[in-house]
Amino acid sequence: MSEPESPELIDSRDIDPEFINQIIEAGADRIRSCIQCGTCTAVCPSGRRTAFRTRQLIRKAILGLKDEVVSNSDLWLCTTCYTCLERCPREIKITDAILTMRNIAVREGYMLPPHKNISKKLIKTGHAVPLDKANQVKRKKLGLEEIPPTVHAHEAALKDVVNIIESTGFRDLIESKGKEG
Amino acid sequence: MTETQTYSFFLGCVMPNRFPSLEKSIRVVLPKLGIHLEDLEGASCCPAPGVFRSFDENTWLALASRNLALAEATGNNLVTGCNGCYGTFKEALHDVREDPGRLRNVRKILKGIGINYQAKIEAKHVIELLNELGSEGLKPHVSRPLDNIRVGVHYGCHLLKPSKQRPWPKTQKPTFLDELVEATGATSAKYKNKNLCCGAGGGIRGSNVPLADDIAKEKLGNLLAVGVDAIINVCSFCHLQYEQAQIELNKELGEERYNIPVLYYTQLLGLAMGIDPVELGLNMHLVDTSHLLEKVEVQS
Ligand code: SF4
Ligand code: SF4
Repeated sequence: MSEPESPELIDSRDIDPEFINQIIEAGADRIRSCIQCGTCTAVCPSGRRTAFRTRQLIRKAILGLKDEVVSNSDLWLCTTCYTCLERCPREIKITDAILTMRNIAVREGYMLPPHKNISKKLIKTGHAVPLDKANQVKRKKLGLEEIPPTVHAHEAALKDVVNIIESTGFRDLIESKGKEG
Repeated sequence: MTETQTYSFFLGCVMPNRFPSLEKSIRVVLPKLGIHLEDLEGASCCPAPGVFRSFDENTWLALASRNLALAEATGNNLVTGCNGCYGTFKEALHDVREDPGRLRNVRKILKGIGINYQAKIEAKHVIELLNELGSEGLKPHVSRPLDNIRVGVHYGCHLLKPSKQRPWPKTQKPTFLDELVEATGATSAKYKNKNLCCGAGGGIRGSNVPLADDIAKEKLGNLLAVGVDAIINVCSFCHLQYEQAQIELNKELGEERYNIPVLYYTQLLGLAMGIDPVELGLNMHLVDTSHLLEKVEVQS
């Protein structure tokens, strides 16, 4: 039975053999040994309530269907719980493969708007979840330092963090326009 | 163990900036058990594995290594109370130790900001330190046994997995946290699908609240079915998830169905050690804890 969201025929122009090589190089070295048993789909907490199908994603990756994979926002439904990785009979590092596919999606300009926002927070404050006024008050009530001894309390440390973010190209990656999909 | 051990305390984001009560409970409880915590000055986001590792592995690895290097420079090992940060540090150490090319690259980036990094440090979880003391080590500190309290234990995914890079006994059904919970006198209730993910990770909490809440709802429902006084976690992000999801689910339902107090392990242990609930920040939770606290009071 064909799955409705996949085309019946795969056009050779849609195949990018480099895609699977990148996934293998990044660590999911056994991915080609997938037997399509579906264990990964069966144990997935996200797949149980969404259209996300781990087995299908792995199949598409092996086939090299890069554009289809990276442009589909289902790629962002994995909670990275590692259950599939623990249970795969072929010991494929499935979660790592998903992380690599997400990295490629971001480089291709696909990023969800809330994820872009959280990245901007990191670039600006060094924290994904920066301190707010309400929690500053809570800290004081608890007898903790009002400003925690993190980058929040050390300007030079924040500069170092921003320096790293710029040297790896992350700032450019986030501030480029992208497809926000 | 009678000797004092010293660790660099890595806070992360959620604990100091959203749930400082968790931080407070760790800072109050650990020194009483002979574990000395030193502030790790100038640390940043770990960075969060589900989001930043998903976006750009190199940036994630470089920032994680910076935090590790800051601790390494103090001569202490690092300790964190968040499963996400724990996962980041365990994986970041594993990655550079396995691949010398990656280590070289990270060292080059860090050299650019004047930091030397050997990747010789270890990253531990607060619960790992308590587990090293073990139930027998904790029991002498329990002055108010929580004998009438029944809780549901939530381990959290990144505490346990990938299991090859974790220190716990290799099993599908871990028991160490249940044992530490029972050292307080409380009962760890059996419930369905106990190892289910909290649903917050992987960028889901930030990008897809309905999905995050739906995953949380399954475990919360399983806990309501067996009846517990609290859900016990060891992760600031799982903690946030179970607090926030209950508020959101109730709002959606238009009734107060989900009202299970969410406690971090050191808050439960702190109660059993006779520490004032206010000092443990238990009056600051999103889900009201007063019913649980009344039960604890009645007991003592
Ligand atoms: S569990 Fe492993 S072998 Fe089975 S379908 Fe998933 S990736 Fe393939
Ligand atoms: S790691 Fe992702 S794909 Fe695998 S079971 Fe968990 S949510 Fe599903």
